[in-house]
Amino acid sequence: MILVRALIVAAGGTLGVALRMLLGLAIPDVGGLPVSVLLANVLGAFLLGVLTARLPATKRRLFLGTGILGGFTTYSAFTVGTAQLWTAQPLLAAGYALGSLVLGIAAAAAGLHLFRRERGGAR
Amino acid sequence: MSPLVFLLAALAGGLGAAVRYLVDIGIARLTGPRFPWGVFLINLTGSFVLGLIVGGLPEAAFVVGTGFLGGYTTFSTAMLDTVALWRDGERRASAFNAVGMLLLGVVVAFAGLAVGTAL
Repeated sequence: MILVRALIVAAGGTLGVALRMLLGLAIPDVGGLPVSVLLANVLGAFLLGVLTARLPATKRRLFLGTGILGGFTTYSAFTVGTAQLWTAQPLLAAGYALGSLVLGIAAAAAGLHLFRRERGGAR
Repeated sequence: MSPLVFLLAALAGGLGAAVRYLVDIGIARLTGPRFPWGVFLINLTGSFVLGLIVGGLPEAAFVVGTGFLGGYTTFSTAMLDTVALWRDGERRASAFNAVGMLLLGVVVAFAGLAVGTAL
């Protein structure tokens, strides 16, 4: 059973990583700033917020969330990209790191709240 | 990039995502559900190993780095966990999950780059 679930995550992860790589090919870095990683991470955080608000924790969410969005977003490229940027442009590196974090948290919260199913009127 | 390398990197990413899923479950069994140590430790180990590879094995950086480690680590779940901890009133845990993970992640990325370059 857990192996079936791991395979579902692997299938989604393959798709998510492929999508992130396509985004990387389409959007080049700007002045050393890894724009495609930033975009994938913030967009992925928003979409995972939407999924968490809308879908129960089923195999479908495992495929779409843990698999596709988990693979689409990346933490290792974020931290290593920050470290590499730091040596040449420390201010830009700090802005990239904090900007990703603030935008990522805001995007996740926005996805959760905007797409929350309302039960019993006003919140 | 050749289509074969692209395909290999994507499949490596799928494998990385499956490893993340299993490691996360394993760590959650050890530490309990109060703090998301699974994704926290996954993102730190992935940051260190990616630094190691970018520094020491740049020819493997695409398939193993962008692919496998990109699938293994995740940004979206870390953000969702941060928001969930905050909403549960666990403000310090939430801040640690966001800022602590970032600071430690960049530090171990630097360490990985340094070790990889020295090897």
